[in-house]
Amino acid sequence: MNAPLAHPKPRAVDNVIELEKVRVTFGTAKNAVTALAETSLRIDKGEFVALVGPSGCGKSTILKLVAGTLNATQGNVFVAGREIGAGAARIGMAFQNPTLLPWLNIRDNVMLPLKIVPPFKERFSAKRKTEYRDRVEASLTQVGLGGFGDKFPWQLSGGMQQRASLCRALIHDPTLLLLDEPFGALDQFTREELWEIMQNLWIEKRPTVLLVTHDLKEAAYLASRICVMQARPGRIVDDSTVPFARPRTIDVSFEPDFVTLTQRLRQRIVAARAVQEIVS
Amino acid sequence: MSERVRRQVMSTACIIGFFVLWELLCLMFHVSDIVLPRPSQVLATLWTRFPAIWPHALQTLYTTMVGFGFGIAIGILLGMLIGSSKLAYDVAYPMLVGFSSIPKVAVVPIFVLWFGAGTVPAILTAMIMCIFPIVVNVATGLAATEPELQDVMKTLRATKLEILWNVGLPRTMPYFFASLKVAATLAFVGTVISETVASNRGIGNLMMIASSSFDVPLVFAGLFILAALGVGLYIVFSLIEARVTGWAVRSDSFAAGG
Repeated sequence: MNAPLAHPKPRAVDNVIELEKVRVTFGTAKNAVTALAETSLRIDKGEFVALVGPSGCGKSTILKLVAGTLNATQGNVFVAGREIGAGAARIGMAFQNPTLLPWLNIRDNVMLPLKIVPPFKERFSAKRKTEYRDRVEASLTQVGLGGFGDKFPWQLSGGMQQRASLCRALIHDPTLLLLDEPFGALDQFTREELWEIMQNLWIEKRPTVLLVTHDLKEAAYLASRICVMQARPGRIVDDSTVPFARPRTIDVSFEPDFVTLTQRLRQRIVAARAVQEIVS
Repeated sequence: MSERVRRQVMSTACIIGFFVLWELLCLMFHVSDIVLPRPSQVLATLWTRFPAIWPHALQTLYTTMVGFGFGIAIGILLGMLIGSSKLAYDVAYPMLVGFSSIPKVAVVPIFVLWFGAGTVPAILTAMIMCIFPIVVNVATGLAATEPELQDVMKTLRATKLEILWNVGLPRTMPYFFASLKVAATLAFVGTVISETVASNRGIGNLMMIASSSFDVPLVFAGLFILAALGVGLYIVFSLIEARVTGWAVRSDSFAAGG
């Protein structure tokens, strides 16, 4: 693999995420699969961006690139003006599955980032019983899990585990929040409840959020900008802002403008799929 | 609750029943104590010759524990190395399999040659007997760590050491303890083999001397002691295991106490 080139142009710190002509392929030359065709994407500080599209369109790939768990085959990924891996941004991430550590109770699970991420980790052992404990408890209460700190993950329902996992993603005040379909496996009412919590949180702390989802309503309700992606090869085919005023309520999703937006997004995806079927 | 008590009573009764049956069969068929002593004879021997047996039992226990301790330390380190590096895996695994296929009796004379007869070869034999299952299980546990859990750590920019400490090792604990229970009994086997071949102390040596003078009840007394020590060690590790890895079996007592 070629060494990353030294960067002549200094990056504006405001572009909290910048993908510059990034390509990702899996496998070797002969049977290489392009997960993400050459893509450039800029996300400003404090934006709430949703990536939507059918499965296999590379939306999770983009998330992994930004999270630093996957390396680009080609191109550069910058987070907070630095190349990925430099560790400039404080990242919080929630996954499709709760991915709680089964040997820790809910409190210690949520506390995990405070143990790893500076500056919280510095006096972890001194604060874990006092300041951090209160912090975790407050966070759990916010998502309706107050008093469940002593429980172990397996003693909680899937929805409750997912709430705890959101707490873990947020506990260290991340400046960049990566959400990989965290509401996908929940029932509708829990989902809408967590949307609201998520929105309030974003309004309050204004982290940059990158949300991967295939729920158009979710994207339109939460995001300030929606990127539609298409599969084979994965690429961004549409990029539009969401104009609705905040805070949005669930009622907004029944208004004509909202419905028009989701309809348009839906047609965009369906059209892309139809083209794809003709091609293949 | 009553179900649990009933199960315990039943299992205890069956174990006692085994020894009673042994006793009765020996009596019925007039089996000589030179061939197979009755449990009551073994117990009597244990009781009357206790002062003579006791130092040997202590020696064997001490040797085994030291060898076991070294075995655990080296086993964990090797397992971590093999589990976290592909190169180490490719190099060490065939060597380990080959090494563990060698009968340990054949190795004891070499140890004696190097270190002289006595405690050191016994410790080393116990150690090499128990390393293999520990290494294999620790390496398997590390390899089985869910990538999703590692991703959680990676997005937090955790170092490799932090990932190992916070995810890899805890995840490995159930495998590790499963191997300890096997390794503990193997360590006794190792010690006794070495004591039988080249030592003037320990249960193995005691049994050698006893069998050469046809003192079969004493031989069986030695076996009983070994069995008891093995069971004791097994219980100790089961208790520690329940405390440390209760999450893996989702036990309620773990959730309440841990």
